[in-house]
Amino acid sequence: MKMEHIPGRNKGKIVLYALSTCGWCGKTKELLNTLGVEYSFVFVDLLPLDEREEAFNEMQRYNPHGSFPTLVIDDRRVIIGFREDEIRSELG
Amino acid sequence: MNIQEPTAQEIETEYRRLNREAEDGGYHLNPDREFTGNLVRGLIINMRRYGYPACPCRLAGGTRNEDLDIICPCDYRDPDLNAYGACYCALYVSGKVISGDQKVGSIPERRPPRDKRLQFVSPGVTGKSAELSHPVWRCRVCGYLCARDAPPLICPICKVQQDRFERFL
Repeated sequence: MKMEHIPGRNKGKIVLYALSTCGWCGKTKELLNTLGVEYSFVFVDLLPLDEREEAFNEMQRYNPHGSFPTLVIDDRRVIIGFREDEIRSELG
Repeated sequence: MNIQEPTAQEIETEYRRLNREAEDGGYHLNPDREFTGNLVRGLIINMRRYGYPACPCRLAGGTRNEDLDIICPCDYRDPDLNAYGACYCALYVSGKVISGDQKVGSIPERRPPRDKRLQFVSPGVTGKSAELSHPVWRCRVCGYLCARDAPPLICPICKVQQDRFERFL
């Protein structure tokens, strides 16, 4: 599954699972851009069906609830929902 | 799929319709117009994508029956409004948010994960139903109850369609 990559300051491996229609996903993405960090993201709702299933299953390994947005930092730190303070303290 | 991007006019028109419908039913849209406008855009896109206004902040499965609980307004709106002052998207907010006494933020997802949802079976009707002259129906979105042979085509309170009702008694 192909992800979009945004260049920036290296703060580790940052992956955002998002929906193109979701307000909190938009806020999370905006914040990552503001912080200027390097990250990858995928709009799961825009993927073709088989890739969507793949992305969703991958995301559910980090967030069993399967909710959006899900932000994964270095495959170990998972931030679920738009948590501005947590994101800033991890990546600021 | 190639979904047509909604125009600013379409978003404004739909915003006004939702706002009027909300206020008529005692609900309120998030006063952050830019944020709410983006959510309305998402609803229009999902209407075009799936044929119904699936929640913009949840991943729809693509079949109405599977997505019934997240057709906006979703089954979780009222309990979330009571608990957090906002629905999951923060499209709908409580009166306290409007009056500035409560802040809006990203809230936990109330909807059960997919594997739990697939197990869900409606509870059986209790024995009391035998004594009633009519079945009782409950709107899953706002809790409206009515006793009649079939649920109303549209909920008179929150305006969702008939298939959002469940047999209550």
